Amino acid sequence: MRQLYNFAFFDEASKREIRRAIIKGVSIPGHQIPFASREMPIGRGWGTGGLQVTLALIGQDDVLKVIDQGADDSVNAVNIKKLVAETTDVEVTEKTQRASLIQSRHRIPEQPLSADQILVLQVPMPEPLRNFEPSEAKTRVLHAEADYTGAWLGLFDQIVRYGHTVTNADHPCLVEGRYVMAPSPIPRFDTMRLNMAQNLTLLGAGREKKIYAVPPFTHVHPLDFEDYPFAVESFEGKSCRLCGATDVYLDELVDEETGKTYYQCNDTAYCQQRREEGRNE
Amino acid sequence: MNKVPAMDEEPCLQVRHVSKRFGEGCDHCLGGGELERNICPKCKTVHAVRDVSLDLYPGEIVGIVGESGSGKSTFMQCLYFDQIATAGTVRAVAYDGGEANLLELSSQQKRKVRNTVLGMVYQNPYLGLRMNFSSLSNIAEQMIAAGNRNVESMRARGNELLGKVNIPLSRAGDAPATFSGGMQQRVQIAKALSNNPPVLLLDEVTTGLDLSVQASVLDLILQIKRDFGVSMLVVSHDLGVIRMLADRTFVMLNGQVVEHGLTDQVLEDPQHSYTQQLVYSLL
Repeated sequence: MRQLYNFAFFDEASKREIRRAIIKGVSIPGHQIPFASREMPIGRGWGTGGLQVTLALIGQDDVLKVIDQGADDSVNAVNIKKLVAETTDVEVTEKTQRASLIQSRHRIPEQPLSADQILVLQVPMPEPLRNFEPSEAKTRVLHAEADYTGAWLGLFDQIVRYGHTVTNADHPCLVEGRYVMAPSPIPRFDTMRLNMAQNLTLLGAGREKKIYAVPPFTHVHPLDFEDYPFAVESFEGKSCRLCGATDVYLDELVDEETGKTYYQCNDTAYCQQRREEGRNE
Repeated sequence: MNKVPAMDEEPCLQVRHVSKRFGEGCDHCLGGGELERNICPKCKTVHAVRDVSLDLYPGEIVGIVGESGSGKSTFMQCLYFDQIATAGTVRAVAYDGGEANLLELSSQQKRKVRNTVLGMVYQNPYLGLRMNFSSLSNIAEQMIAAGNRNVESMRARGNELLGKVNIPLSRAGDAPATFSGGMQQRVQIAKALSNNPPVLLLDEVTTGLDLSVQASVLDLILQIKRDFGVSMLVVSHDLGVIRMLADRTFVMLNGQVVEHGLTDQVLEDPQHSYTQQLVYSLL
């Protein structure tokens, strides 16, 4: 590799600072740690938070996978993957179980992650109380005093207006009984999978300059009311048109010629693997 | 069901020597030297509230009148912890039997007092309401803060209160931003009542409303006093409002109480020169 940049793009001091924020985040599950979000060669709001976490952590032996809404080959994922590969020469993969470091936007891979894998999620809005309280100084006090009225009120208001909560993604969660966290815009289906997961999940918000974490085996509970319990998306009676999977998060698509709707795995790597296995059998 | 307080009854809110100053203060003004209105001529410290004491008894309405800048709103804000009082004690029977000085509680405990003991209605509804949340959510906020996690019970209570303040239920899901000023004020009152607080603080509630709406809001306040037996502290510069609502009245000038007594007595036979001026300027 022609060395135009330091390994993993950043200078070592930058990586160390970001790692410090990460360690602090892991020590206080769900608590947002401010960090000096760097200027990146992609625009803020396009995954720079996740990218900085990835670059701070990646080593020569790592195997990287990047996905965007479940797909390995979308533009955003490919660009980030290329940037990291160019500056580190690490192996990239699409296979979930082969990867040691997975950066993702809006999804957690279907296959359960193991204790030696790290999931990095890109976060647009890390503050679950922001709609309720615009001032950062005040939301910090609310977190410090564990006053989460605002997060509950947001859900209550949705129920009053629409008859149910409308947070299809990014449903606020209580982490380890202490901090309320925005889990990034993952669907409700994935929210439950953060609870007591074996792997470490790191969440990075580049524009908002925050890093936070869900360490392995941490309790994550979505906020809900006694009479309006949290429910995940239901795909009952539907299956993937390509691989036939039923217990996964499905995309609803419309065949433009016939006008019929059909369903397909959202996680393309998982779907691909199932089809390969099916052929081998 | 009119609650007439017995003479030997304990005050539900006891306020003693509350002061609020903006600035450090110096030997001159802290030692009791002359002020220019409420500003120290030496160190320029503003003495917004000076040594105010009062008792509020169950089921009674106490009025506070005074000109703009006399410190009446600042005093009210100190009681609701919107401003941090410099000195003094406030005790509430409903909180802990009147043990602790509320002004010295931690911010978490203060929040509990705000959510369970006090209800506040501001002059400007933008201070008291979340304009983009539905009216029901506004009323539910303090119930959620007090630990309620049951949507239907909060909805029922919210609808009941909205009915009380004459907001049609068809508008319960609408945001107060889409309401008229009088309606916003009534939603604020409903919000302040959500947790059945024993004490309601009303800061210039009718200022800026037209006369017919003023009358309906005042009517509502008297109805609430009658039905719930809530004690109220009413700040106003409008003597008509005070005459109609308050049992007793305190007159404030330059941060101090210059005269107090039964409302009728204060208005009919004012003793202090400022009160005399105030009463005789009534059109």
